[in-house]
Amino acid sequence: MNKKVMQGNEACAHGALAAGVRFFGGYPITPSTEVAEVMAKELPKVGGKFIQMEDEIASMAAVIGASLTGKKVLTATSGPGFSLKQENLGYACLTEVPCVVVNVQRGGPSTGLPTSPAQSDVMQAKWGTHGDHPIIVISPSTVKECYTLTVRAVNLAEKYMTPVVFLMDEVIGHLREPIDFDEVKDLEVVDRKKPDVSPEEYVSYAAGEDGIPVLAPFGTGYRYHVTGLTHDEQGFSTMAPPVVARMNQRLMDKIDNNLDDIITFESENLEDADVVLVAYGSSARSAKEAMRWLNAADQNVGLFRPITIWPFPEKEIRKIAGNVKAIVVPEMNMGQLKLEIERAAAGLTKVIGVNKVDGEPITPEEIINAVKGVL
Amino acid sequence: MNSAYEKYFRQDRLPHIWCPGCGNGIVLSAFARAMEELNIDQDKTVVVSGIGCSSRATTYVDFNTLHTTHGRALAFATGVKLANPELNVFVFMGDGDSSAIGGNHLIHASRRNIDITAIIIDNNIYGMTGGQYSPLTPTGKKATTAPYGMVERNFDLCELVKGAGATFVARGTVYHAKQLTDLIVAGAKNKGFSVIEAVSQCPISYGRRNKMKNALEMINWQKEHAVNVKAAQKMNPEQLKDKFLIGELYRAEAPEYTAEYDKLIERVQKGGK
Amino acid sequence: MFEKWDIRLSGTGGQGLILGGIILASAAVKDGFNAVQSQSYGPEARGGASKAEVIISNQEIFYPKIANANTLLAMSQQAYDKYCVDITEDATIIIDSTLVKNIGADKAKKRFIIPITELAKKETGREMTANIVALGAIVGITKVVSEEAIKEAVLERIPAGTEEMNMKALNAGMKAGQELLQTMAS
Repeated sequence: MNKKVMQGNEACAHGALAAGVRFFGGYPITPSTEVAEVMAKELPKVGGKFIQMEDEIASMAAVIGASLTGKKVLTATSGPGFSLKQENLGYACLTEVPCVVVNVQRGGPSTGLPTSPAQSDVMQAKWGTHGDHPIIVISPSTVKECYTLTVRAVNLAEKYMTPVVFLMDEVIGHLREPIDFDEVKDLEVVDRKKPDVSPEEYVSYAAGEDGIPVLAPFGTGYRYHVTGLTHDEQGFSTMAPPVVARMNQRLMDKIDNNLDDIITFESENLEDADVVLVAYGSSARSAKEAMRWLNAADQNVGLFRPITIWPFPEKEIRKIAGNVKAIVVPEMNMGQLKLEIERAAAGLTKVIGVNKVDGEPITPEEIINAVKGVL
Repeated sequence: MNSAYEKYFRQDRLPHIWCPGCGNGIVLSAFARAMEELNIDQDKTVVVSGIGCSSRATTYVDFNTLHTTHGRALAFATGVKLANPELNVFVFMGDGDSSAIGGNHLIHASRRNIDITAIIIDNNIYGMTGGQYSPLTPTGKKATTAPYGMVERNFDLCELVKGAGATFVARGTVYHAKQLTDLIVAGAKNKGFSVIEAVSQCPISYGRRNKMKNALEMINWQKEHAVNVKAAQKMNPEQLKDKFLIGELYRAEAPEYTAEYDKLIERVQKGGK
Repeated sequence: MFEKWDIRLSGTGGQGLILGGIILASAAVKDGFNAVQSQSYGPEARGGASKAEVIISNQEIFYPKIANANTLLAMSQQAYDKYCVDITEDATIIIDSTLVKNIGADKAKKRFIIPITELAKKETGREMTANIVALGAIVGITKVVSEEAIKEAVLERIPAGTEEMNMKALNAGMKAGQELLQTMAS
């Protein structure tokens, strides 16, 4: 046993280092700043680079530039900074440059509640940048997961050549609890593919059968063009409708064809449940506590916790919806993931939100009251 | 010229999309000749651009090329250079791209003195979108968004980057194409942040609205109004009225950012604080 | 047996209560318990109201915040006035009488009044060790963690060169707590 009491933000940074992240570009913003602080201290020790850029837009740009040299990269931000990063986040989606964007959610809109938690960037994480594009969004519920799931986020970014949003919240970011480092020391680490053809034969955006392109690091003899314009397989801009359609479709397919690999979740007591709580991030902790008390009172209540929020575990929710009286969704927003759950449930059951936007976490009592209203 | 043209341009991407009379092609030729003179390793060189007419340069040159978002070329380039300082990094920007939406990045690349050579094509206008005024449109000149003449004051970009800490600052013109090549070579050799403002012409979106009928007239204007910085030393203020300076305007010694960061790594790895 | 401690350390920003919370949680983990530590704060790092919470349990801890503390440390009048109303008769309250002058609004039967800040100054010459004196008092009174674990946890989290000073502070707090406990029992 090798337990250390650590903060969620610190665990996220250490997870990134364990995953092989060697470049961090960021800008200070509460409540995510500790991620940058740990990276500033630790990266030089392993020969990595840290830079505090002049703004959030620049830090997103810098990590994309660094990623194109073959480095694993990460940036961390919160609410307003996440808004500023959106244009270049879209750039990374289209140009298929791996990067991880940590967003430690705080109360909004605008400057909002800088030191208080929220979960109100769930929809922004998917739809914040313009245009249709795929994205992977992962949400941790424990400090240990801040570590292990950051490793997973980096792995998914490298494997699928895509940005991954690591969607934390202030509660988890600032919470301290023990991590047993013996339990996390042998996590799988994935590196992006390298070209297996000569520079003459290399076609940058001609993805293989898996639909995922292989982008050679700049400086390794494979000269190619990267552009935020819609481009063809050679990487050059095009307006030819069939090519545009084909490239956009491939971009979506590389994620949609791999849902079983990308989507992870935790579930408990789903068999015989009358009510299932669907919760993520720190609200899932409140939901678990509520479930424990309700189960102790012989109520059949289960829990489904999406760890991957986007792509959304639609299939799993549909299955649950067919078997229960209601799905209760506690989230620190006005009902964002609830919309997606309603869509997936397709009218098979009631979907009830427990919503809170006052800067305080949702309590187990609030969830219990909502469940009692249904049972 | 021919050998530089064949070696440094992507032949299959030509002809370019720039309008007849545009100065961008001449700037890009000067760049190619500079690359030839430097005998640069194309595999170890990254050329970055933002958005606008200037940014299309990266499509045509045969290097690792990165066409980014509006104003952000230097921020992307900073990531590239810091992540791998072995790479030579050049950045093409336009006047609006570099001084309006990207102004902050220009200031901070200068401040860091990061080893990047920026070539700013200054045609005094947003050309791609049809002729809106930029921070480099001279006061009084017309643009689609300044139909009664530009009310704002315009920047002196070279003074701006000098003040912000760039260690090589030069201005050239399309007319003085040979000098432009020399300035790019000198900028590339400077171990630090180098800025070369290339005064160019946009006959379609700027000249037509400002009583300059065609490219020839505009290039003649450059010839008549540009004064070499050395010649200017012997001229009085009356003679320099309405003129602008070209040549190597400023050079300084300062620590280069990525080298300093590498020293920091060395220090930290030795157990220093 | 299900055992759960909900401990709230309250006072003013700059007193080191968050560090105190972290040390307490680390000590509990050393003793083999589960522990979580959280805090809430406003924009100011110094001078504003500050609160650190520690939950210690022999079971997994899900909800990480405290509704009603069963142990409360109050190190400012403002913090005492604000949080003492939440606690029940069964709760333990430890009050720094150097800083809290108006006492009596709480219902706690187990009320321990210790001049924590004064004690810190007297024992170590430094008011800033008051957070460690307070930790000593909490452990001396509640025995929520072992003496070995709290000592080890303090030593892990303080700046090098301050070990002796902080051990003095911790011991002074433990002694004051234990003595008061004995007085109240007799």
